[in-house]
This record gives sequence, C-alpha cells and structure tokens, in this order.
Amino acid sequence: MTARFEMERLEADVAIVGGGIVGGSAALFLTRMGFKVALLERDWCGAKASGVNYGGVRRQGRPPEQLPLSQRSHAIWGRLPELVGIDGEYVRSGHLKLARNEADLASLVAYNKKVETFGLGLEIIAGEAFRARYPALGDRAVGGSLCPEDGHANPRLVSPAFARAAAKAGAVVREQTAVDHVERTGNGFLLRCTSVGGDALEVRSRILLNCSGAWSGRLAESFGEPVPLSSAHPCMAVTEPLPRFLDVNIGVEGGGVYGRQVERGNVVVGGGRGFALDADRARPARNAVLTLMGEAVDLFPQLRHAHVIRTWTGVEGYTPDRNPIIGPSATTPGLFHAFGFSGAGFQIGPAVGEALAELVRDGHSSAPLDTFSITRFAKADPALSVAAPAGH
Amino acid sequence: MTDTPVHPPIIVGAGPAGVRTAETLVAAGLRPLVIDEAARWGGQIYRQPPEGFHRPKRALYGFEAGKADALHRAMAGILPAVDYRPRSLVWNIESGALDVTPNDGLKGGRSETVPFSHLILAPGATDRVLPFPGWTTPGVFTLGGSQVALKFQGCAVGSRVLFLGTGPLLYLVAYQYAKAGATVAGVLDTSGFADHARAVPGMLRDPGTFAKGVYYVGWLRAHGVPVHSGVRPVRVEGDGRVEALVWRRNGAEQRTVCDAVAFGLGLRPETQLADLAGCRFRFDAMDRAWVPERSAAGRTSVAGVYVAGDGAGIAGADAAEMAGERAALALLEDLGRPVDSARATLLEQKLAASARFRRALTDAFPFPADWAASVPDDTPVCRCEEVSAGTLRKAARDGEAAEINRLKALTRVGMGRCQGRMCGAASAELLAQALGTGPDAVGRLRSQPPVKPLPFSAGILDEEKAS
Ligand SMILES: Cc1cc2nc3c(=O)[nH]c(=O)nc-3n(C[C@H](O)[C@H](O)[C@H](O)COP(=O)(O)OP(=O)(O)OC[C@H]3O[C@@H](n4cnc5c(N)ncnc54)[C@H](O)[C@@H]3O)c2cc1C
Ligand SMILES: Cc1cc2nc3c(=O)[nH]c(=O)nc-3n(C[C@H](O)[C@H](O)[C@H](O)COP(=O)(O)OP(=O)(O)OC[C@H]3O[C@@H](n4cnc5c(N)ncnc54)[C@H](O)[C@@H]3O)c2cc1C
Repeated sequence: MTARFEMERLEADVAIVGGGIVGGSAALFLTRMGFKVALLERDWCGAKASGVNYGGVRRQGRPPEQLPLSQRSHAIWGRLPELVGIDGEYVRSGHLKLARNEADLASLVAYNKKVETFGLGLEIIAGEAFRARYPALGDRAVGGSLCPEDGHANPRLVSPAFARAAAKAGAVVREQTAVDHVERTGNGFLLRCTSVGGDALEVRSRILLNCSGAWSGRLAESFGEPVPLSSAHPCMAVTEPLPRFLDVNIGVEGGGVYGRQVERGNVVVGGGRGFALDADRARPARNAVLTLMGEAVDLFPQLRHAHVIRTWTGVEGYTPDRNPIIGPSATTPGLFHAFGFSGAGFQIGPAVGEALAELVRDGHSSAPLDTFSITRFAKADPALSVAAPAGH
Repeated sequence: MTDTPVHPPIIVGAGPAGVRTAETLVAAGLRPLVIDEAARWGGQIYRQPPEGFHRPKRALYGFEAGKADALHRAMAGILPAVDYRPRSLVWNIESGALDVTPNDGLKGGRSETVPFSHLILAPGATDRVLPFPGWTTPGVFTLGGSQVALKFQGCAVGSRVLFLGTGPLLYLVAYQYAKAGATVAGVLDTSGFADHARAVPGMLRDPGTFAKGVYYVGWLRAHGVPVHSGVRPVRVEGDGRVEALVWRRNGAEQRTVCDAVAFGLGLRPETQLADLAGCRFRFDAMDRAWVPERSAAGRTSVAGVYVAGDGAGIAGADAAEMAGERAALALLEDLGRPVDSARATLLEQKLAASARFRRALTDAFPFPADWAASVPDDTPVCRCEEVSAGTLRKAARDGEAAEINRLKALTRVGMGRCQGRMCGAASAELLAQALGTGPDAVGRLRSQPPVKPLPFSAGILDEEKAS
C-alpha cells in the first residue's frame, strides 16, 4: 500500500518560521496591521523555550541597550488579556535582586545609576529597612534592588496564547509543520515544509521572518550570514505547593539561584545547566539539579523539608555578547531575523514581535535596534561560537 | 571470552523479578547491587510486614504463602553475596549512572551517584486509576493500596469495605479482607458475566490460577458477600468520609452502604526509569500503556539495560520471577559467561505461555472502554493539580491539545506530585476519547527526573543541615 500524501500551496505577505513568543507575537501584530500571515511551527506553538522557561517577566538587570524594547514590552504585558484573551497568571509582583555582600550592593547601586533615565522605578533597600521589609530573607542578604513593576507569568499559557490570538485574528497558523528548505524567488521566498503526518506544504511570501529560536542559525547560514549561536539549557525545578512565604520574584546579583512562588504555592527555582539529548531536546543534569537544590535551601530555608516534584529545562540560543539578533538580513532583502535571546527573551518577546511588524510595514522600527544587527558578528572571532554561555 | 564487569550489575527492585535476577547472578559468581525503595524485600505481592511484626505467612499470602516463603528465603539466602540497599529511591538515570537517595521518611539524606555497566530494571507496577464521581472522598482506596495496608500494617481500610473494579486482584483482595475479619460489603465487577465465560478456555491454560479465581468467587458467595458483574459506579456518597456507593447495573441504580471503597482497574507498569535510560518504547494494546521494547530475554534497545517483571508490561508474579531469571541469564550471556541455554529456552517458552494466559485474563476482565465517555465533566482527574475531566475535554475539543504532553502543558494534568503516574492513564484515555482515537495515538508522557518527589536534603552538602 502506498501512502497518499497531500501537497498544499499557500500564499502570504509574511511567512514566519517559528511559533514561539517572538514569532507568535509578530504574527499577531502583523495580522492586526492587515497583513496576510502564515506562521509555521514544527512542534506546537510556544512548546519550546517560550513555553518552558522560568517565567520571569523582568526588566531589571538587562543591559541598557535592551531597555527601550523591554519598556515597550512592559506596556504590552500590561494589556495581555486584551491582546491574547487570558491573564496568563501574569503578576507584577516586583523583582528583587539580592546583594549578599557590600560589593554586590555597590554594583546594584551602580546599575541603578546607569539605567536611571529609562524609568524602571528601581529602589535600593538595605540594612534595617531591608530586614524589616523582607523578614523571610533578611539574614541572607545585606540588601537588594527592587523593581516594583517587574513580575512573573506562566509561560505554558502565555506563549501559545499569542499564536492562538493571531489565528483568531486571521493568520494561518500551521503546527506540526517543519520548514525544511527556504529559497529566494524573484519577488520573495519559497518555503518547503513537511507536516508530522508527512504532507507537504509550499508557502510563497514576500517577506520572511526567522523566529526559529535556538535553531535560527541554519536559516541565517543558508542566506550567507552565519552567526555564532550556541544552545544552552537553563535548569529549573519546582516544589509541591507550600505555605506562602515569597511574594516577589527573586534574583541574586552575580548570578546563581533565582526563585518565585506561584499562586498555588509551588516554588519555582532556577540555576545551572541541563544537557542536550539531541539538537531539539534537553534534560536537567543531575549535578545542576543537586547544586540548585542545595543553593535554593541556602537562599530559602523554608524549602528545607520540601520536595522537588519536577525538574526541566529547554533549548535556548545564546550569542557571544548575550544580546539578541533583531533586524533585517544583511544579505537578503525581505528577510528579517529575531533570535539569540540568550536566556531572557520571554519578557522582551512581545515587543520584539511588534518591532518586527513595524519593520515589515515601515521599513524601520520606533525602537532602536542597531545594537542587535546581525552584521556585528561578520568579522567576529569564530572561536566565540564555542564559548560556553555563562550565567542566566 | 569472559568479561568481568567494571561495575557490579545493578538491579532496581527487590520484588519477584528483582530477587530472582539477583539469585541467578549470584549463582554465576557475581555480586550484584540490589536497590529497593521498600524497607524489606518481596515487592508488592510478597511484601513483608515491618521488622518486629509477626503474622503467619499463611494469613498474609493465602495460597501464595509457599511462593512468598520461597522468594523471601531465596533473598535471605543470598544476602551475604549481594549489596542490598533497601529504603533507597532511584530518582534519575543519566549517562550510565543512577542517582539514589535514601527513602527514610522525613529524614532524607544526600543523593549518591552510582555508575553502572549492566542494569536490570524491575520496578513493578501500580494500580491503574480511572476516576469516578466522589473518588477523592476519604475512605476511597486503590485495590493495591488496601492490600498494602493489610499486608504491611495489618490493618483494614474500613470496617465495611466495598470492592469495585476489575481484574483478578479484585476478588483476591476482597477474599483477603474477609479472611482477615473485615466485613466485605460487596464485590462489584465492571466486567460482565459474558466476558468471564468467553475467557474460560484461555484461562484453563493455567488451571491452578483459574481454580483459585473460581475458589475466591465461590468462597465470597458462600459467605454471603454480594457479587455483581457488569457494574458501573455512579458516585460515592459521604461528606468527609465514605458513607455509601451508588452504582448501576442493567440500567437500575442501587446503593450500598460502606465506610470504604477499594477500587482498581488493573495495573500500570512503572516505566519512567526505562525512559530515562533511553530505552525505545512501544504501545502495548493489552496494557493500554507504553512499555519499553524488549526481546524475549529481556534486553531493551539500550545495550546493557534489561527489564523484567511487571515494570516491563503486566504479566503477574510467576512471570516476573521467570523474567527476572531470564534477564539475568541474558546479562551473563552478554558478559560472555556460559549459561544453561536449555534453561533459557524453557523460561522463554513458559513466559510465552503466561503471556497467552494474560490475554485470556484481559478478555475476562476487559478495560471498561466506555469509562472515558461517561465520566462527568466535574470529576477531578488529577488530584495534585485539581484538573477535572471537563477541563481536559475542553482543551481537546478546542483543538488546542492533540497530544498528551501538550495537554499537560496547557492544563497542568500530571504536573503534580505523582508526575502523571496516577492520572496519566486516565488523561490519555480521556484525550483519546475526545479526539475520537485510541490511547496509542495521543503520544507518551515524557519522563523527567525525579521519578518520585525528591527531598531537598538530597542536594544539601552540609550533612548537619541535611538531617
Ligand atoms: C529554561 C529556560 C528558562 C528561561 N527563563 C527566562 C526568564 O525567566 N525570562 C525571560 O525573559 N526569558 C527566559 N528564557 C528565555 C526565553 O524563554 C527565550 O528567550 C524566548 O522564549 C525565545 O523565544 P523564541 O520565540 O525566539 O524561541 P522559541 O520559543 O524556542 O521558539 C522558536 C520556535 O521555532 C520553531 N522552529 C525551529 N525551527 C523550525 C523550523 N525549521 N520550522 C518550523 N518551526 C521551527 C521551534 O519549534 C520553536 O517553537 C528562558 C529560557 C529557557 C530555555
Ligand atoms: C499494590 C499492589 C498489590 C499487588 N498484589 C498482588 C497480589 O496480591 N497478587 C498478585 O498476583 N499480584 C499482585 N500485584 C501484581 C504484582 O505487581 C506482581 O504480581 C508482582 O509483584 C510483580 O513483581 P515485580 O518484581 O515485577 O514487581 P514488584 O513486586 O512490584 O517489585 C518492584 C519493587 O521495585 C521497587 N521500586 C520501584 N521503583 C523504584 C525506584 N525508582 N527505586 C527503587 N525501588 C523501586 C518497589 O518498591 C518494589 O519493591 C500487586 C500489584 C500492586 C501494585
């Protein structure tokens, strides 16, 4: 018996490879602008990095060049229900970055000064005042920097919701559909795709967005612009529901463990790295999990008699300078890239989607994107591409 | 050529399969490491009471007392020749090593990494749970759980216990309860009389087991216990404690007063360790579950990793003993040691026969295929995360979840303490029913470490703080 596979053809103004939070939000904003969009996702939309991350919706700690985008994203997060139809368990709990010693406190103060003009509303709290405000943390830190309107959300719910909202608005969203091959045609692009069931799909579009996360390097390279992108796997663990003791998203200056407690009481902690099973899947590493558990108890003694019920990780693309690549291709008109968020693309993703939509419509974005140009790696040392990604 | 392994062979599980594996390896001059979560060897069926409890084996194991005794003695006899680690949970397998943590109640302790070259997984099974209205009411237990209470602690789950579900265990546990002095309010079998009748020829392949089944039913009836087949549960009644079960048969509702319900619809194999070890899986239509692929000898798709017993697919205790021995012989063959090949062949033949008997059992006690369609929307399926049948159906109906891991991501089902070990089978059945397909077509839950909740003490470096 021979299987009969279908061959289908689609035309769109914009074809988007990858239905994570970046591709999903680009699809949503473009569709709202009136473009005909085809969103192609190999897995399920929002099932990769965008759906398995720690859920930190945080501006504090980002390098200044990311803050204009990050601020725009902050505004988008503020109207999440209106945009995607759910609240996604998004809460502006505040993000508190702890200083374990005076030197770390000094560096938090220095960061505050550096980003003053962006209006994050940071507040340094130290000494007596810190202990009075955070009795649960008081003796493990000398102080901290609070960003009151940062917070956290449930990535499993938020990220798929962007693609779903785009579909509702009229975008063609194809899940379980891998883009295998892309070529430039006379006036645009031809994408050859295969569904998990084996059916073929051809998409023709004028514009192409490369939002394929940690796997974006392949597409960029096929258009003659290789990028030193490497994959890494932040390690996560969650406890059973515990009595509430933490109402703020916690990070630590200098890296290490971070943690938050969700409405149900489960505490999510992150730190360390997992390992790759293959190019698409990763698993938490035992040493990372055990170290994370040890450090988490140090930071939160409340966990001492608790259990970790689940650990996980994901596949994230990292660049050598830890800044993403966002903007037009340097080799191919009509192609735009957005990837390499280096462990911090969940918060900023929606604004990146919006900026991509503006680039498509206007040829430029109202947010400054120059720092994120793909050309910055053109003459870069190839050795950079193998450098192991550092802290989160 | 004979290899001496760098590491001792490791056996996970000290039930019938694990004990016979160990015995066979010891007989060949190896010194295996046996890791078991339980406090004493024996596994589920031959579980021993805690040290210091003395109840005669005849009372504990009934007809199986002889087998229980033989298995306990076998392990006792080889204790000096094995490294035996009871009360130890294997919570992860990664790059050729196991992670083991003490399972000592609240005390916990640091996790230890144990490398292996040859690993036999014999982790057994748990009850398969299919929820129905009121199943989370205190006083509702799984069949296996109620048997554990009896075997391990010597206590009954209630004074008037109603038995509900299907499978040979249903009648066995009811009988054991009655013998132990509890009042058995009834035995309600979800399979029908016609199912039983149809299966008789196949069951006669193992006349001993068949006769025992007939005996239990006869004994229960003779002692005035109401036994009904073709039953469907309607709901548990009771506020804070079971007071009665309402059930339906031939369209008529009935109510049985009881203070506990023991229910079970067969068993599900424990397969997460095989998954973490990287074994390839296949869907088993009889178990309605994904099981590691294995050869007749027990080899998996990963060299050096073997599976035996109910953890490789439900086959019962006698088969578990044979499979354990056969897997040990496979391991020895792979080390280049001489093995009794006639014995290996005989074991494979007996295992094949027991698989045929198993098929007859499945005919006699079929899975209630209408369950997924009939469970009401407001019935909780995942207790840990409080996810109802309706929530799962909605996610499937809205076209958002066409696969079990996606269903988990969107609804939280299987994300709690049990990690889907209890609610996974029910969710897969519900998803399949909502999508108009079978449980084989909705994918397999991905395993992540830890396979069971891991105390934070596992990661604490400072021993002082850990205890
Ligand atoms: C464990 C972890 C924790 C993190 N924690 C945080 C955090 O707390 N805060 C934060 O801001 N960020 C965090 N991040 C980073 C953040 O999750 C990512 O930066 C962000 O989700 C990237 O979004 P994306 O859409 O570019 O990538 P993805 O979500 O990975 O989406 C890319 C999509 O492209 C698809 N794709 C790839 N190739 C093809 C192809 N050929 N055809 C079709 N589809 C294809 C993939 O299947 C995938 O769905 C974390 C990341 C991880 C892994
Ligand atoms: C609760 C229960 C009661 C049963 N009662 C009967 C009965 O009365 N009659 C009958 O014929 N059949 C019964 N069965 C079926 C029974 O599973 C088999 O008949 C038989 O016990 C299978 O033997 P086994 O060696 O494969 O597994 P088991 O006997 O289940 O032994 C497996 C062992 O592995 C250990 N283990 C599992 N996971 C880990 C881990 N991650 N780390 C360390 N150790 C681990 C377990 O604690 C257990 O001791 C019962 C099953 C259950 C679940």
